[in-house]
Amino acid sequence: MKNESKSKAKSEAANVPFAFRAYSPEQLRDVLRKMYLIRRFEEGAEDSYTRGLIHGTMHLSIGQEASALGICMPLNGDDQITSTHRGHGHCIAKGAQVDRMFAEFFGKTTGYCKGRGGSMHIADVSQGNLGANGIVAGGIPIAVGAALSAKMQKNGKVVICFFGDGANNEGAFHESLNMASIWKLPVVFVCENNGYGMSTSTARSTAVANIADRAAGYSMPGVIVDGNNFSAVAEASSAAIERARRGEGPTLIESKTYRHRGHSKSDRNRYRTKEEIDEWKELRDPIALFESELRQFGILNDAGIEEVRASVEKEIADAIQFAKDSPMPNTGAVLDYVYTELPQ
Amino acid sequence: MNSAVRELTYSQAIQEAMAIALESDPRVFLMGEDIGVYGGAFQVTGDLVERFGTDRVIDMPISELGGAGLAVGAAMTGMRPIFEFQFSDFATLAMEQIVNQAAKMRFMLGGEVSVPLVMRFPAGSGTGAAAQHSQSLEAWLAHVPGLKVIQPATPHDAKGLLLAAVQDPDPVMIFEHKLLYKVKGPVPEGHYTVPIGKAEIRRTGRDATIVATSIMVQKSLEAAEILQTEGIDVEIVDLRTIRPIDRETVINSVKKTTRLLCVYEAVKTLGIGAEISAMVAESEAFDYLDAPIMRLGGADSPIPYNPELEKAVVPQVPDIVAGIRNLVQGRR
Ligand SMILES: Cc1ncc(C[n+]2csc(CCOP(=O)(O)OP(=O)(O)O)c2C)c(N)n1
Ligand SMILES: [Mg+2]
Repeated sequence: MKNESKSKAKSEAANVPFAFRAYSPEQLRDVLRKMYLIRRFEEGAEDSYTRGLIHGTMHLSIGQEASALGICMPLNGDDQITSTHRGHGHCIAKGAQVDRMFAEFFGKTTGYCKGRGGSMHIADVSQGNLGANGIVAGGIPIAVGAALSAKMQKNGKVVICFFGDGANNEGAFHESLNMASIWKLPVVFVCENNGYGMSTSTARSTAVANIADRAAGYSMPGVIVDGNNFSAVAEASSAAIERARRGEGPTLIESKTYRHRGHSKSDRNRYRTKEEIDEWKELRDPIALFESELRQFGILNDAGIEEVRASVEKEIADAIQFAKDSPMPNTGAVLDYVYTELPQ
Repeated sequence: MNSAVRELTYSQAIQEAMAIALESDPRVFLMGEDIGVYGGAFQVTGDLVERFGTDRVIDMPISELGGAGLAVGAAMTGMRPIFEFQFSDFATLAMEQIVNQAAKMRFMLGGEVSVPLVMRFPAGSGTGAAAQHSQSLEAWLAHVPGLKVIQPATPHDAKGLLLAAVQDPDPVMIFEHKLLYKVKGPVPEGHYTVPIGKAEIRRTGRDATIVATSIMVQKSLEAAEILQTEGIDVEIVDLRTIRPIDRETVINSVKKTTRLLCVYEAVKTLGIGAEISAMVAESEAFDYLDAPIMRLGGADSPIPYNPELEKAVVPQVPDIVAGIRNLVQGRR
């Protein structure tokens, strides 16, 4: 009898997704808030770009929100990440403020990089985000270096290394995985596989069926997750982070997802079909999926969801206003930050 | 020749040159990232994949080092690759193959092979793409014996120099300023070449010489119009090739005008302007100089994202005007 009820409780728990067992309702509500925040931040950035308030280009991660949040959820505040050109979501998930992000996109002194970096170099070092990167795979060895620091300094930090599917064909990827593995460094490699590196599908660019298959070549676990399912991503991330923290070395997580928008502002979407894009938007939107789980497991009802949504609208509007009102850098100070110090 | 001359953009001129090369020489193929159905990051390859197929317009994975090495190997063994870097900044990932292999292969093997390779590099600032997508790295490659390095400034030259590069038996590196892609100019139909290693005088004048490269040729021409209204008559030498440099054209111009300003977008320090200055100072033109040789180049800074800062770190027309005024009025 006793045994029976125990196993029943166990099987029930098994039907409840990881996130709904591991996190409190407040935490789950905050995950939803951050998902909206990423999406509305990027829509706001897109809109500001169209109005000529932002120049250059940008790479939107709309459709990939669950991946950024699921990966970052199990991290401690002082753990670190390296990010990519598609890095707005990572930045927000790691704790950045959207007002300072908008300010950066507007080229203002109050921006995270004081107007020097823009979208492609967005960072928030105070929260452990060592920066987005304009070079495909450029951040991968840097993450491994940060993990080497953590090991040498014995500070218990873990480093998350985000990159795209396209990056897995750069030499830096292969060299980095090998070194992380031989030295058992506390790093988690996270490939956000959105199916394409610019116009080139993984089928055309990559010799293995799954990026996670590459892990075998470097003697580390390779894990595939549904990148649009927050809970699945958080579960995989949590296991990999724990393993890294125990000193057992790196893991390669492949988070399968999709970007709703084009690669960048200049993409004409000639390499994929409208049907494919619509299918991902309509059937596999990570935010819609998470909302329905929140309802299903009794965390939030429609009114609660609406409340979160409204709070984000205000946060975004205020952040854009902050960016607009912030000062432009002075051209006389253009050489600031090139060096820390120069002999006179 | 009676071939018609049309107005084409710089990028159309390059695309036309590549089409002619593909049509006329079965050894030629294109390779790069997103150069197929995407048409290239700057739409320079455009629809060439539809015309020539995926065997000759090859989309490669994001693997600059490997891709560049494949191009070197193919060039050594009978093919004529035209390799596109998506941005010139990514040359840094392929430096090993360019500098240690392509440039030296013929020399190391005692002339037993040659490397007829063309590499194209979209370069320069002005697009808001920030520090890793806006550099001008041509002087890095020009420092390496074995490479030829060119910087076409007009649609006409972009086509003619590319066709010359395809015929050239040695590796030719072509730096194309991104802001020039949409600039229009007269371009003859059909096949023609512009000689590598020859500068072109874009404007004749008697008071001072500007030696400029790439987009700075256009900016210098604008500055010259302003200076003309002040009675200062500037000669503009478009260097076109930065390795090997056309010594004669530069030196003759300086002997005539007695003053020299070098204008280039790349970081001024240790750049092409230093080379031109030293070359002139070491030559017989030195005795003709009426003023110190001056350089205008990029600031000692990465390219910032903010548009005003971005403009502030590279020479603009008013800087060129001021630079020439100082040179000329210094004597008056
Ligand atoms: C070394 C290098 N090569 C090429 C590029 C141009 N580029 C920027 S993003 C990108 C595609 C990257 O694909 P992926 O890694 O899958 O990331 P995603 O854009 O899909 O997030 C390319 C080719 C670059 N920035 N750096
Ligand atoms: Mg991708």
